[in-house]
Amino acid sequence: MRAFTRLSGIAAPLPRRNVNTDDIYPNLGGAAITDPEAMGPCAFGNWRWNADGSPRPDFILNQPPYDRAQILIAGANFGCGSAREQAAWCMNAIGLRCIIAPSFSDIFYGNCLKNGMLPVRLSEDATDALSAFVSDPANATLDVDLDARTVTRSDGCVAIFDISPRDRQRLLAGVDDIGATFAIMDRIHAFAADYHHRRPWLADERGAD
Amino acid sequence: MTPPRTLYQKLWDDHCIETYPDGQGLIWVDRQLLYEATSFQALQGLEKRGLPALRPTASLAVPDHVIPTHHRNPSAFSESTRRLLDAMFERCGRQGIPVIPLHDERQGIVHVIGPEQGFTLPGLVMVCCDSHTCTNGAFGALAFGIGSSEFEHVLATQTLVQPKLRSMRVRVTGEMGPAIFAKDIILAIIGRIGHDGGVGHAIEFAGSVVTSLSMEGRMTMCNMAIEAGARSGLIAPDETSFAYLKGRAMAPSGAAWDMAVAYWQTLPSDPDAVFDKDVEIDMTGISPRVTWGTSPEQVTGIGNTVPDPGDAPDQARQAAWLAAQAYMDLKPGTALSGVRIDKAFIGSCTNARLDDLRAASAVVKGRRVADGVHAIVVPGSGLIRTAAEAEGIDRIFIEAGFEWRLPGCSMCFANDLDSVSPGERCASTSNRNFEHRQGVNARTHLMSPAMVAAAAVTGRLTDVRELLA
Repeated sequence: MRAFTRLSGIAAPLPRRNVNTDDIYPNLGGAAITDPEAMGPCAFGNWRWNADGSPRPDFILNQPPYDRAQILIAGANFGCGSAREQAAWCMNAIGLRCIIAPSFSDIFYGNCLKNGMLPVRLSEDATDALSAFVSDPANATLDVDLDARTVTRSDGCVAIFDISPRDRQRLLAGVDDIGATFAIMDRIHAFAADYHHRRPWLADERGAD
Repeated sequence: MTPPRTLYQKLWDDHCIETYPDGQGLIWVDRQLLYEATSFQALQGLEKRGLPALRPTASLAVPDHVIPTHHRNPSAFSESTRRLLDAMFERCGRQGIPVIPLHDERQGIVHVIGPEQGFTLPGLVMVCCDSHTCTNGAFGALAFGIGSSEFEHVLATQTLVQPKLRSMRVRVTGEMGPAIFAKDIILAIIGRIGHDGGVGHAIEFAGSVVTSLSMEGRMTMCNMAIEAGARSGLIAPDETSFAYLKGRAMAPSGAAWDMAVAYWQTLPSDPDAVFDKDVEIDMTGISPRVTWGTSPEQVTGIGNTVPDPGDAPDQARQAAWLAAQAYMDLKPGTALSGVRIDKAFIGSCTNARLDDLRAASAVVKGRRVADGVHAIVVPGSGLIRTAAEAEGIDRIFIEAGFEWRLPGCSMCFANDLDSVSPGERCASTSNRNFEHRQGVNARTHLMSPAMVAAAAVTGRLTDVRELLA
């Protein structure tokens, strides 16, 4: 997994509530793309492209300088709906590595963390203000520092955000959970053996505990 | 004495292997479900790492999302469907993961077949790369959707790192009138607490109305917990749950059944358990629900009109209402009853079970699908399809002009196989009315199966109670 430490980049405002994962990755049943890095063209497909494949000029990610955005500032409940990790993958594929919103769906939030992407929760007021500020292209660059847990505007105004210390460490180091979990497999096997002793109807007939 | 605990707390405690300093936990996962569109990536990841699935028989895989429901002839499948099916099932084979194949009568929508096979049981932690995994919480299992990367962690270690959720109880009380169903209850709840009302929470549905529901109705409610933002919905296991599960193919039997029931009976929330949030909703006098917008929270009674964005509770919602009404081509003040529809869809993991088909067919019986309406029924599984046919339900639908399909997810979401055309309006029993969800520029109205049946035969959004009078 790619680490997330600090990012200075263009932030695009998308001040909309309940942006869902069908909005973000609309064609789950369609193209059957299997390579996450090839999913970029799918990102926000119905908002970004006309039916003939030409870009829709009214969509923020098609407008300079926001067409180079690495940060998205959205409304509450970002990433709601389907669990499809394609939503995180396709955003990553077009370079969006940080999303700032008042709240996220629990599943999407977790998916970001697994892909070196930083979901930042700020208050509704702070998000609105930030969104309005970066709407002026001259102010579009933000600095996001995960170690310091700060989002800094071009005028020096700083917002501090909360993130679980464990999630923060994982992102800073660029490591996923599997390695850490493997390190305690003995404990997991012991837990499972005891658990299935008490719940024999769940024991594996092949004795895989 | 131990303090009183909620159902969620008991499930968490029973599965927690390790608690990290920030309150996240490493939890044991009992069982996981797989389907073709989002699960193979996890298997692919395992193979890249050179890891085996730790406990292959804790998995059950079934195709449902991208398969045609008109036919089952693989040579006529699209290239992308074939690729997804192959990517999935070849890897399941290599890992020893049990598969219900396409031509098996047990095949169906993943969250329908889990309970139907008795794979879903009370007290389990269950996951699947699908947000509607919460459906399985109707049995008192902690069931939730996860991403493909988290699924890889589960397959490799049979565990998952999760934040502990806050607890919310929604008590549903009162006396429901005729032709009011679980779908109306859950839509009313989402309308009350909002599309994000349950974010960060597990919602336990309780109260006299919930305990009197069938398992089918309970599954409909828990299915849409995610539409209220809650990753998990829960209902305490009781005699109704045990009666549903007893004798199911994968449920325990004999002495193991008795042991299991004894444990399951300890799971309901203790009487004095405290929830972080407590909501009560009285269903007395509630009319059938129908959504008017592009979020499940944008819902009202069928007798009402499209609301005025000027009445929205805040600016963000006002903007959302305006955008939704533009997308839906509905003006404030328009009566919902009478709005013309083009498509009618009865199906999905929300409402494709036998109870749902019975309720819809009771409305359809002796009537015809209105001119210009394309109506389809997609049973949730092969077993449900067969059971419905044994009752003559298929004949009622077919004679009325509905298509009677093979099981799968079908028109619930936009795909190459079944979609709502641009600008068309669909009365749908599914769970999401998002923009473009059922097709590019498709307009979706969510409602109960009986309400979709009423819309199909009248060609308009209709209060089903008028047809049953």
